[in-house]
Amino acid sequence: MSRDAALPYDGAMRILVIEDDRQAAAYLVKGLKESGYAVDHAANAEEGRHLALQESYDAMIVDRMLPGGDGLSIIEALRASGNTTPVLILSALGEVDDRVKGLRAGGDDYLPKPYAFSELLARLEALLRRSTGGVDSHLRVADLEMDLLARSVTRAGKHIDLQPREFRLLEYLMRHSNQVVTRTMLLEHVWDYHFDPQTNVIDVHISRLRQKIDKSFSTPLLHTVRGAGYCLRAPS
Amino acid sequence: MALLYAGLFGFSGFAALGFIYWTTTSYLEEQTDTVIRSEMNALRETYQIHGLNSLQRTVAERAAAGGEDTDHIYLLANPGYTLLAGNLPAWPEDLRRGAGWARLTLTERDKEARDEHDVREARALSVTLPGGAHLLVGRDLREREELREHTLSTLFWALGVILALALAGGLILSRGVLRRIERINHTSRAIMAGHLEQRMPLSGSGDEFDQLAQNLNLMLDQIERLMNGLREVTDNIAHDLRSPLTRLKSRLESGLRETFDGARYRATLEQTLSEVDGVLATFNALLRIAQAEAGAHRSDWVPLDLGELARDVAELYQPAIEEQGDTLTTHIGEGLVLHGSRELVAQALANLLDNAIKYTPRGSRIELGATRADGAIELSVSDNGPGIPAAARERVLERFVRLDASRHQPGSGLGLSLVRAVANLHHAALELSDHHPGLKVTLRFPLLRSHQAKHVTLNR
Repeated sequence: MSRDAALPYDGAMRILVIEDDRQAAAYLVKGLKESGYAVDHAANAEEGRHLALQESYDAMIVDRMLPGGDGLSIIEALRASGNTTPVLILSALGEVDDRVKGLRAGGDDYLPKPYAFSELLARLEALLRRSTGGVDSHLRVADLEMDLLARSVTRAGKHIDLQPREFRLLEYLMRHSNQVVTRTMLLEHVWDYHFDPQTNVIDVHISRLRQKIDKSFSTPLLHTVRGAGYCLRAPS
Repeated sequence: MALLYAGLFGFSGFAALGFIYWTTTSYLEEQTDTVIRSEMNALRETYQIHGLNSLQRTVAERAAAGGEDTDHIYLLANPGYTLLAGNLPAWPEDLRRGAGWARLTLTERDKEARDEHDVREARALSVTLPGGAHLLVGRDLREREELREHTLSTLFWALGVILALALAGGLILSRGVLRRIERINHTSRAIMAGHLEQRMPLSGSGDEFDQLAQNLNLMLDQIERLMNGLREVTDNIAHDLRSPLTRLKSRLESGLRETFDGARYRATLEQTLSEVDGVLATFNALLRIAQAEAGAHRSDWVPLDLGELARDVAELYQPAIEEQGDTLTTHIGEGLVLHGSRELVAQALANLLDNAIKYTPRGSRIELGATRADGAIELSVSDNGPGIPAAARERVLERFVRLDASRHQPGSGLGLSLVRAVANLHHAALELSDHHPGLKVTLRFPLLRSHQAKHVTLNR
């Protein structure tokens, strides 16, 4: 993708935030700017639809209940015009059914309110990565390699034996390497559940995976990000 | 309404009687014609075999046979219409032009009538015989007319009776209907006025009105259930979220009072954040329970293999259980398909496993079963921990109920409430029993009926 030609700002990714709650929007815009994004904000459905259809963005964050309409109708209009910009839906509705509706309307991810900003940031990064990354049969992070066709994993040329679920877990982490991945994201994408277990089930799965890919190697790849989640990254 | 009913009924009565009248009269006419035709044939035969003289004798005999008042008309005339025999004074004027069927009007002049105005109708068939003579056979229609008139008046009377009955029946029926509608209206108004416990009266006949009333009652029950659920949630939020919010507030206030110290502030904020997360988790759990209880979100219902789901959740929990030093054993059967919400059933199962981890000492044995038993699909989680005393087993299903023994553990007291809501939503029986030692929680899902099972297979 020749992204550079379309960039109006100094290389920053452009995000459109459509959110009517003034305080929530201000907080969101501030947080996104601090994280290095260029942000446009629309406070109602009409303005949001106009910006979404006229301007070019790298991703959009759309609230569902807006003055003047449902955020979903904006996404539908966007998709109908052939625009495939990744969209993260925010909603106070937040139940399974609403999630399904949101994704059906053309949203790429769904985050129920209230959300932690770190969760939103992680999901946004995942979306931006998804829209640029291609389909590959090989994944690589430092000396860790995954062959998706042979379903085999090696680190420094040494074969690592993984259970099917561990394989999927590692695949997700590798596809989102150098990004923070939250526990909820893992539960959603690796197990396809959308609830929060009381027990630290994900942490234990991660620590088992860590045993297999990091234990006998000098440089750890799988890091815990305090208060947010995990990150698989090559040593800098 | 009564008029409409009577009108409709009267119209159909009129149509039916009209049809009867029409068929009767046309049958009578046909009958007369047949008799005339056969007599004519017999007379023509006489002429052909025995000649004109013999025919003249036969006609005279037949004309005389009935006497003065006969219905039969016979005439025989020569080619010039001079009468040879018969019981009319002359050959009718209007029958001179040709042979065939005709309607005659006989007046007093023709017959020695008793009444001056006795005008009578007759039906006649005339032919010209091979020798040029004219023969006429006819029937007086007096009798037929009388019968026709009699039928008509009978039918009119019948119609009158039908109309009267229809009007009366319609009145009675519509008054009954209106009275019952009015009763339903009356009850609806009472309910709208705030008497939510009122229900539509049933007559016990099981007719359409009773069915309507029954459906309305079921609807009202459902609404009442939803409202009670909502009220309960509101009460719960008011009572049980107040304490963590109060804690939160006092923590923030004491944080503000303290002298400026970055590290202390940070610690306070982090504690506050985790407390807020706790409140939000509780809030979400309450919402989920309320939604499961309301039976909302059926749109995410799918044909669900409970065995597959149990294996999935077991796989998710296995490492965490082993981390606690416990063991998880599974007994999972095949083909345990039901219709339900994967998300909610999985969460119920996860809550049961969470509990089994939390409320048992290290080294406990946790068992997860998904099997078919006695026409049901059983999903069970059991442990060999301290269990729940029989007296408290009902109570722990209530929202926010936490037994004293578990107070030291983190938790909202909502886990089993969700399990119960999910069970109810799926028409599953929930049972807490003694596992000797320990607790066994069983959800007994009804098996799909065969037509549903077919539907499920088709959808897979």
